[in-house]
Amino acid sequence: MTTPYYVGPEQVMKDRADYARKGIARGRSVIVLQIDSGILFVAENPSRALHKVSEIYDRIGFAAVGKYNEFELLRVAGVRLADLRGYAYDRRDVAGRALANAYAQTLGSVFTTEQKPYEVEIIVAEVGEVSAADQIYRLTYDGSVADEHGFAAMGGSADAISARLTEGWRPALTTKEGLSLAVKALESGERTITGEMLEVALLDRSRPSRRKFNRLSNAILDSLLAN
Amino acid sequence: MNGLDSRFFESGGTSFADFVHKISPDLLPRPHSVEAPHGTTIVALSYQGGVLMAGDRRATMGHLIASRDIEKVFVADDYSVVGIAGTAGLAVELVKLFQVELEHYEKIEGSPLSLDGKANRLASLIRGNLPLAMQGLAVVPLFAGFDTESNAGRIFSYDVTGGRYEESSFHAVGSGSIFARGALKKIYQGTFSREESILASLAALYDAAEDDSATGGPDLARNIYPLIITVNADGASKVSDEEVERLSRQLVESRILNPDGPKASLI
Repeated sequence: MTTPYYVGPEQVMKDRADYARKGIARGRSVIVLQIDSGILFVAENPSRALHKVSEIYDRIGFAAVGKYNEFELLRVAGVRLADLRGYAYDRRDVAGRALANAYAQTLGSVFTTEQKPYEVEIIVAEVGEVSAADQIYRLTYDGSVADEHGFAAMGGSADAISARLTEGWRPALTTKEGLSLAVKALESGERTITGEMLEVALLDRSRPSRRKFNRLSNAILDSLLAN
Repeated sequence: MNGLDSRFFESGGTSFADFVHKISPDLLPRPHSVEAPHGTTIVALSYQGGVLMAGDRRATMGHLIASRDIEKVFVADDYSVVGIAGTAGLAVELVKLFQVELEHYEKIEGSPLSLDGKANRLASLIRGNLPLAMQGLAVVPLFAGFDTESNAGRIFSYDVTGGRYEESSFHAVGSGSIFARGALKKIYQGTFSREESILASLAALYDAAEDDSATGGPDLARNIYPLIITVNADGASKVSDEEVERLSRQLVESRILNPDGPKASLI
């Protein structure tokens, strides 16, 4: 019998974290930022079918980067949690914080107990009645939660994008300003980003419907991006 | 707070009702008491560019009036409306389940169900209620919506076993439906505008209330009028209280002069 080679727990965790980070860094980035009318999601995503940004519940949106099948699993589970809770209690009892907590627990336990961690990073955002009540939670592959204010970026070059957002972001940007800031932050060097390369959605607190999530169509996107 | 339930990760369809059935069947519509309030008459009719549904506001429990301002017509999603006659408690829960069912599908799939798909889902929810219907707790819905593919309003009726039947032009369900349907048969025209169809639905409910004790008529003293929802290319919307009040008063005034309503020619 051969003796199994011993690997310390620190090393195991470090290897797993490196593995997850590498997977996430390969993908394109997603930006979530607070603007005057709500919370804007801007993803660099050429696909019209495989969404990176989606609706979870009336006031709650979801954005993700990394491995599609893994974050899709999390998204569907989140929709199920929210719909079940809203049906069992009341629509007002579905909160972004509770959802972020549930995701954190799941990501944390997958990170420590499964064969490999989820190679994903997600954002759960909830739009409030006023902008002070907006909430943005960023969750990483190991289940850590960060409560973000103003903006958050995830994916390939998140740090560089965050640095560009820090320069340009201020409270109460209009939708047009917010979108152009996000596009500028996503563009690096010579690369220009056009409407077809983007997936954009807005959690719009002024929307009369109880469902505040609004995916911006290509036509609206092009008119917002035009100078 | 625990993490996401492991069952949330199991593969499954897009049906919320099936999901609840698996996860917590105790949340599904069930009877609370056999002596329960009943909702009564619902009418639906199509008009140029849309479809509408109207319901009276009375709920009865045996010979008692259990409620004079109950709402029995609901927006199901952006392009459809559902009205329910029968055991009120069950009906309201069933509508709630149906609303989440449609939204759940839309969120998971990324696109809404077709109008036929919605009508079929409602049929299977009704079928699930069959054991209770056999105990006298029947729920009979009327479903209407705007078909964005054919650009027309469509109406579907159901029986307690979940049978689904598409109606052309107009239909009514509930205890006063015989009278409402009779009235609509005499006055309905395919060329109705939105306002004409609202008036026709009010007239049909008025006739139902005259001959069926379980259907409530317009209550001018308390300002309680039928609840009407229209669905057209712009989506589903409730007809404003002011407009329903104005048209209801107009109808009542005409009936004071002519209690049986308009006369049809003999042949």
